[in-house]
Amino acid sequence: MELLSGAEMIVRSLKDEGVETIFGYPGGAVLHIYDALFQQKGITHVLVRHEQAAAHAADGFARVSGKPGVVLATSGPGATNTVTGIATAYMDSIPLVIITGQVQTDWIGNDAFQETDIVGVTRPIVKHSFMVKRTEDIPSTIKKAFYIATTGRPGPVLVDIPKDLTSPALTYEYQYPSKVKLRSYNVVSKGHSGQIKKAVDLMMAAKRPMIYSGGGVILGNSADMLTELVHNLGFPCTNTLMGLGGIPGEDKQFVGMLGMHGTYEANMAMHHADVLLAIGVRFDDRVTNHTSKFCPNAKIIHIDVDPASIAKNVPVDIPIVGPVDQVLKEMLEQLEKTEERNDKSALEAWWKQIDAWRAYHGLRYETAPGILKPQQVIECLYKVTNGEAIVTSDVGQHQMFAAQFYKFKRPRQWINSGGLGTMGFGLPAAMGALVASPDATVACVTGEGSIQMNIQELSTCLQYNFPVKIINVNNQSLGMVRQWQDMQYQGRHSSSTYEQSLPDFIKLAEAYGHVGIKVTKPEDLEDAMKEAFSLKDRLVFMDIYVDPSEHVYPMQIKDGSMRDMWLNKSERT
Amino acid sequence: MRRIISILMENEPGALSRVVGLFSQRGYNIESLTVAPTNDNTLSRLTLTTTGNDQVIEQITKQLNKLVEVVKLVDLSEGAHIERELMLIKLKATGAQRAEIKRTADIFRGQIVDVTSSVYTVQLAGTSDKLDAFIESVGEASILEVVRTGVSGIARGDKVLAL
Repeated sequence: MELLSGAEMIVRSLKDEGVETIFGYPGGAVLHIYDALFQQKGITHVLVRHEQAAAHAADGFARVSGKPGVVLATSGPGATNTVTGIATAYMDSIPLVIITGQVQTDWIGNDAFQETDIVGVTRPIVKHSFMVKRTEDIPSTIKKAFYIATTGRPGPVLVDIPKDLTSPALTYEYQYPSKVKLRSYNVVSKGHSGQIKKAVDLMMAAKRPMIYSGGGVILGNSADMLTELVHNLGFPCTNTLMGLGGIPGEDKQFVGMLGMHGTYEANMAMHHADVLLAIGVRFDDRVTNHTSKFCPNAKIIHIDVDPASIAKNVPVDIPIVGPVDQVLKEMLEQLEKTEERNDKSALEAWWKQIDAWRAYHGLRYETAPGILKPQQVIECLYKVTNGEAIVTSDVGQHQMFAAQFYKFKRPRQWINSGGLGTMGFGLPAAMGALVASPDATVACVTGEGSIQMNIQELSTCLQYNFPVKIINVNNQSLGMVRQWQDMQYQGRHSSSTYEQSLPDFIKLAEAYGHVGIKVTKPEDLEDAMKEAFSLKDRLVFMDIYVDPSEHVYPMQIKDGSMRDMWLNKSERT
Repeated sequence: MRRIISILMENEPGALSRVVGLFSQRGYNIESLTVAPTNDNTLSRLTLTTTGNDQVIEQITKQLNKLVEVVKLVDLSEGAHIERELMLIKLKATGAQRAEIKRTADIFRGQIVDVTSSVYTVQLAGTSDKLDAFIESVGEASILEVVRTGVSGIARGDKVLAL
């Protein structure tokens, strides 16, 4: 057997795990590991400019590729800088392995230089974590970390390794384990057939059925099966923010996103449904509105790999615990065997009603000559990229407009921080997306608030030539905060504007070695965007000035049911 | 409603903090907690008492089961079970009180395990209610110090919580 140092074991274990790229930042406690990285081929290291971005980039990589993302950071501030990125991945169930250096074993607990109890700090935001105590345990620990991160409901796993364990002076026999044995961690491999049968019977008896699918369908690689199920049944389907791309955005049976800023038709259909098939969702508060008023007439079937997601927020009639792909496969098989079908006239009447709702609102918004609306920016982006781009997003109004107006064709095309709502996610996530899919067109839809939270990554993009197209929907204010202040605080814009302090983003982009394009007039938008996307190998920063007073609609009314919405500034349901 | 949840978990550093952390993160109560290794020294047995309606208890058990170090758990209060808590209580024991405390301890089947000219230390085991009753009987005025272990429990009959 080979003799390797702890640092070499880490690198080799990653290689044996099939890792090709890691995102990180060096520092004292990980210098041995960086030295081992320097002396090998096969793993590329992307040097970010802030460890938060390393975590988001690894996250973006994982979301696009379906493989786990890997982060390497040093002890203390390096480790704590990853915290927001880890929490972001945790909330959206993204598989990450975060390796942090720790001070040497005999210094732990002494408040040593750059010492932080990162296992303690991250405990509530990881799926699991390890502190390695012996060098010999490094390969098996890394194996366990990847196994836990990627199986069941995925999530981030942190591995903290004291510096002395990675010393080049001490070598040990290396063997990467082929199997993981964890008696306390069992993953459900399939759903209960009896429950699936009950669900099929209930679905066949439905008069106003609705399919509500989420991130679980994307993570579980089940979009094709979902689409097949939707077509087979003839039911309407809505996606959560995390589930967009689960069914093609242009599909006739897709009624758009649901929830706080969901479409009128999706929210109305949810409220009036009599049977709800919920797949890989968690009945988040941004979807349900007040849970006691949620879908008052619906029997609910809930499929999820995580038993703790079931009946957490809303009581469920037929729970099915299992991986979405296995459950949907069996559901389709059972559907094939059953001769029962829905009452055709009831389903037709239901569709007639839904089409009427769709015709009534359908994401309408007002335009005015000479004023550029943020919605138009996304519509133009959709047109210019033929709906093919991978779109990463930051958090705020621009995120909601992107979710509403970009019709995602496939899973893993829409990359956003849904659960945690992390501003600063978009640009580093776009870097990770380009690592996962180097030939893809990647657009980062952002705002002048969010982009400044990780703008230093423009430098990383130059070093590694990540030709991200930054679509800065510039409304000169923290738009979503401002919208809430308009609607709930009588327009008192407390700390949501910048008082002429915004940087010249064009000069800034140029200073970082990129191209900047400024747009202020609606008539210039399309040509400018075409120009930006024609510069295939360059990062282009499009600074697009839009109407600062625009709001995102529909917007659910707090504590109401799903059908209680503002449809524009003066009209409510 | 009060519940007794008993957990078998890996006897590893950090496992306990994950269990305790879960309760504070998710806003659940812990009323008492006791933990020690079992006859299999790779496993610890942790018993805790908590309160909540059925929905909350269901979530607590599901969330606990998700922790990687939790091997098995049981809600003992769902079936017939035996619960015990141990208390050491130090009491002022002078004059007429001295005999009274001895009598009360006898009634509760406690034992006086340490004696000075002015102090008795009583050891008492039983359900939490019984310990509460003893404290009430001797009266606040004579109590110098109370130490309770928290509840431990085991199911009645053939049911076992083991691997």
